[in-house]
Amino acid sequence: MRINCPYCGERDAEEFSIQGEAAGPRPAGDDAEAMHGYVHLRVNEYGPTEEYWYHAQGCRRWLLVARDTRDHAILGVELARK
Amino acid sequence: MRYSAFHLVAQALRGPRHARPAWRDAAPRPAYDIVIVGGGGHGLAAAYYLAKEHGIANVAVIEKGWIGLGNAGRNTTIIRSNYREPGNIPLYELSMKLWEGLEQELNYNVMVSQRGVVNLFHSDAQRDAYARRGNMMRIHGVDAELLDEAGIRRHAPFLDFANARFPIKGGLLQKRGGTARHDAVVWGYARGADARGVDIVQNCEVTGLRIEGGAVRGVETTRGFIAARKVGLAVAGNSSRLGAMAGMRLPIETCILQAMVTEGVKPLIPGVITFGAGHFYISQSDKGGLVFGGDIDAYKSYAQRGNLPVIEDVCEGGMAIMPMIGRLRVLRQWAGNVDMTMDGSPIIDATPVEGLYFNGGWCYGGFKATPASGFAFAHLLARGASHPAAAALRLDRFRTGHVIDENGQGAQANLH
Repeated sequence: MRINCPYCGERDAEEFSIQGEAAGPRPAGDDAEAMHGYVHLRVNEYGPTEEYWYHAQGCRRWLLVARDTRDHAILGVELARK
Repeated sequence: MRYSAFHLVAQALRGPRHARPAWRDAAPRPAYDIVIVGGGGHGLAAAYYLAKEHGIANVAVIEKGWIGLGNAGRNTTIIRSNYREPGNIPLYELSMKLWEGLEQELNYNVMVSQRGVVNLFHSDAQRDAYARRGNMMRIHGVDAELLDEAGIRRHAPFLDFANARFPIKGGLLQKRGGTARHDAVVWGYARGADARGVDIVQNCEVTGLRIEGGAVRGVETTRGFIAARKVGLAVAGNSSRLGAMAGMRLPIETCILQAMVTEGVKPLIPGVITFGAGHFYISQSDKGGLVFGGDIDAYKSYAQRGNLPVIEDVCEGGMAIMPMIGRLRVLRQWAGNVDMTMDGSPIIDATPVEGLYFNGGWCYGGFKATPASGFAFAHLLARGASHPAAAALRLDRFRTGHVIDENGQGAQANLH
């Protein structure tokens, strides 16, 4: 699996670490139900999904990676902070 | 037909043309009392115990492919109950007790081999942690023995004790642990369930759940609608897909766990040995191949195949404790989809949908739990209440804060 980092180019996925589903902004701390969903529940998509990956052994940027969970195809990579 | 030594000899003399299938490949009927989705070990065991313990035989097990071809046929066949958390121990120990009588129970040779599971430790801190785990096990009535280096030398003299980086200082031994034959477990439960009237429906994929007024009415499948008063999901690896059909987001990520087997060698590995300074576990099949595995691939995947970096990492772990395996050739490598929960522990519980029950989130510990998982799930399906051994394995424990986090990793599924 290779990820095409916007800064570093195509690199082995081993250089990156995955944080998880790109679940949107963190909810306010006083909304327990929303926080439960944010921390514990996952869509766990069968097919195309968007995730945050961190290029730990490269540019150390957070990336938003679109990926297909059925076959490991990388569908698109962009910086998480646009 | 009851299997026996006499039956074996008679069949050997009569030849294979007289062999009979051990269970029927049933066509689905329009309605059942209970439909269990997933023809793996857990689903089939649940159906077996529903019929045997609760007298409910109007049951179908619906499987999208052939039974036992998912994780039931992809695991590394290890059985053990060396857990630490009070929420987990009762279920895994119930499972171990069921394993110990399973062949007589099923009249089927599932090849349970209790030759011990040893978790090696490599430092003083790790010895303390393992002593604590062993004490927790013994408090719950599970056997555990803390071995020093000399004890491990007697148990497995071939290990690399003088490894400069990860010297072996001892290990925690569960003597009743070991291995079983995974396919035979599936076949044995299938045969037992079938003999009691359960329909095993293969090549029948569930495409939807029919839910009306907050209650489940049945399952839509590739072979038509099947009505049911209750539906049990036992589809670890695909739990989120089925959960989504009921409008649920589950505390689960699907990852892949790889395993490998080498060419066959003479008897070498006693039971199961695990490496404490990385993630590597190894046992030897009855055919002689060394079966081993380690970490999951950390990203979500339903692909049932992994990538090479994890294989390299697993093999490095193996080389650190037993360099002698370095010249063996790996014959096969495979992967299964595993449900990784947010606390690393499984779920056997009712769902917010009336009549819909969930069994999943087995992380990479599902095989050893097969008998107890089926036993507890059957209890839940029949009575609508959790079995005492699975009382802590609730779906809503993440909301209420009663998580069962063996490793203290927090809500990061791929770290469990």
